[in-house]
Amino acid sequence: MSLARDIITIAAVSAGAFFFLAGTVGLLRFPDTLTRLHALTKADNLGLGLVVLGLLPQAGSLRDGLKLVSIWLLVLLAGATVSQLIARTARQGETAK
Amino acid sequence: MNIATIFEIVLAAVVLGLGIWTIAVRETYSATVGFVAYGLLVALIWVRLDAVDVALTEAAIGGGLGGVLLLGAAARLRDGERTVAETPGMVTRVSAVALSALTTAALAGAIVFLPDPAPTLAPTVVGHAWATSLANPVTNVLMAFRAMDTMLEKVVLLLSIIGVWSLAPDNAWGGHPGPRHRADPDGILVFLARLLPPIGIVVGIYIFWTGANHPGGAFQGGAILASMWVLAIMAGLTDTPPVARRWLRFVLVAGPGLFLLVGLGGLWFGTAFLAYPPALAKPLILGIEVAMILTIAATLGLLLAGAPERSVK
Amino acid sequence: MTEFLTAAVGFILAMLALGLVSILRGPGDTDRMMAAQLIGTGGIAALLLLGTVTGVPAAVDVALTLAVLATFASIAFVKKGLSSLEADGIGSTEDHK
Repeated sequence: MSLARDIITIAAVSAGAFFFLAGTVGLLRFPDTLTRLHALTKADNLGLGLVVLGLLPQAGSLRDGLKLVSIWLLVLLAGATVSQLIARTARQGETAK
Repeated sequence: MNIATIFEIVLAAVVLGLGIWTIAVRETYSATVGFVAYGLLVALIWVRLDAVDVALTEAAIGGGLGGVLLLGAAARLRDGERTVAETPGMVTRVSAVALSALTTAALAGAIVFLPDPAPTLAPTVVGHAWATSLANPVTNVLMAFRAMDTMLEKVVLLLSIIGVWSLAPDNAWGGHPGPRHRADPDGILVFLARLLPPIGIVVGIYIFWTGANHPGGAFQGGAILASMWVLAIMAGLTDTPPVARRWLRFVLVAGPGLFLLVGLGGLWFGTAFLAYPPALAKPLILGIEVAMILTIAATLGLLLAGAPERSVK
Repeated sequence: MTEFLTAAVGFILAMLALGLVSILRGPGDTDRMMAAQLIGTGGIAALLLLGTVTGVPAAVDVALTLAVLATFASIAFVKKGLSSLEADGIGSTEDHK
C-alpha cells in the first residue's frame, strides 16, 4: 500500500514538474504578452494541480487533503480571473500604440 | 553536497538575484513588483528555516500589503519621475556602498561566529506552556511572556494611522481616504471582488484561530482581512469610511484599549501589570486577540487607503 | 522519497527563476504584472512540497495565505497599471462607466 502511494506521488509530481517546465519554456519562447500569459496561467495551474494530486496520498488526514484541493481551486479561480484582467490591460496598451 | 544543500543554494541564488535586480532597475513600478516577488520568496526561506509564523507574516505583509502600499506611493511619484533632475553624487554613492557592505559583513560575521549550540530561550518557553494552555510557543511569547511589547506595537500602529490622517488637506479633514474607485459592475474585477472576500475572510479567521496551537495568530489573520477589505474598495464595491466616524475610531482603539484594560486588571486584581491568572489565561488572551484582529484589519486597510482626500459632503 | 521531493522543489524553483528572468526582462509593465501570478503558483507548489519534505505541516497554511495574497497583489498591480494607462490618456473598457 505504501509503495503504491509512493509511486502515485512520484508519477504525479514528475508530471507536475514537467508542466511547470512547459509553462516556463512557453514564457521564454512565446513572442508576445498574451501568448506568454496563456503559457503562464494554463501550464502552471495544471502543474500545481498535478503536484497537489501527488501530495494527496502523503497527506495525513482527510482534512489535510481537502485543504490541499481547496488551495488548488483557489489558485485556479485566481489565475483565470487575473489573467483576464492582465490580458485586457495588454490589449489596451497595444491599441494605444 | 546532497540534494537539500543544492536546493538551498538555488533558493538563495534566486532571492539574491531578485534583490539585486530590484535595486538596479530604473522604473519604480518594476522595482515594486520585484520587491513583492522578493517578499513572497523570502516566505519560502522562512519555512525552510522552520519559522512558519514569520513566513506567514512575510507573505501577508511583505508580499501583499507592503507591496500595494509601495505601489500607491510609486503611482503618486510616477509623474514626478520624469522631472527629477537631482541624482546622488559620487560621494553619496560610495558611502552608501561602503555602509551597506559593512552592515552585511557584520551580519554575516555574527551568524558565522555564533556559538554552537546558540544560546536560546526556546526550551524554557516550551516548558512554560502550562501557564496559558496554548500550544504555539510564538503565541505564548507574543501574548503572555512579552505581552507588553505586543501592546506597544498596537499603539505604534495607532500612531502611524494618526500620522497618515494628519496629511489630509484642510477641506478634506475627517473625510474619505483615497479616491473613489469605480469599475464596470458586470466586469471581471467586480466578479472577483465579490467572490474572493468571503473566501479570504474565512482564511483570515482560520489563520487567526489556529494560532493558538499552530503557527498563525491575530496579526497574520488581520492582514488577510485587511487585504480583502482593500480589494472590495479597489473594485468600487464599497467606499472608504469617513475617518471622523465614531465607530471607526472605536474599532481602531479597541485592540490596544482592551489590552491595556486587561493589563490594568492584572495590576489591580493580580500580581503585576498584564499578569493573567492561569485559569483565565486562555479566554483572556483569545478575547484580546479578537479585539486585536479587528483593530489590525481596520488599521492596515486604512493605511493602504491613504490620507483623507474627499470631504464628507 | 524525500530526495525526490527536494529535487522537485529545486526544479520548480529553477523554473520560477527562469520565468522571472523572462518576465522582468520583458518590455512593458504588463509583463511585470505576471510576476505575482508566477510567484504565486510556483511558490505554492514549492511550499506544499517543502512542507512534506521538512515535515512542517503548517507550510500548507502558508501556501493558503500565499494563494489569497498573491491574488490580491496581482489585482493591485493590474489596477495601478490600468490607472497609469488612463493617466496617459488612453480610455478604459473595464472601468469608469
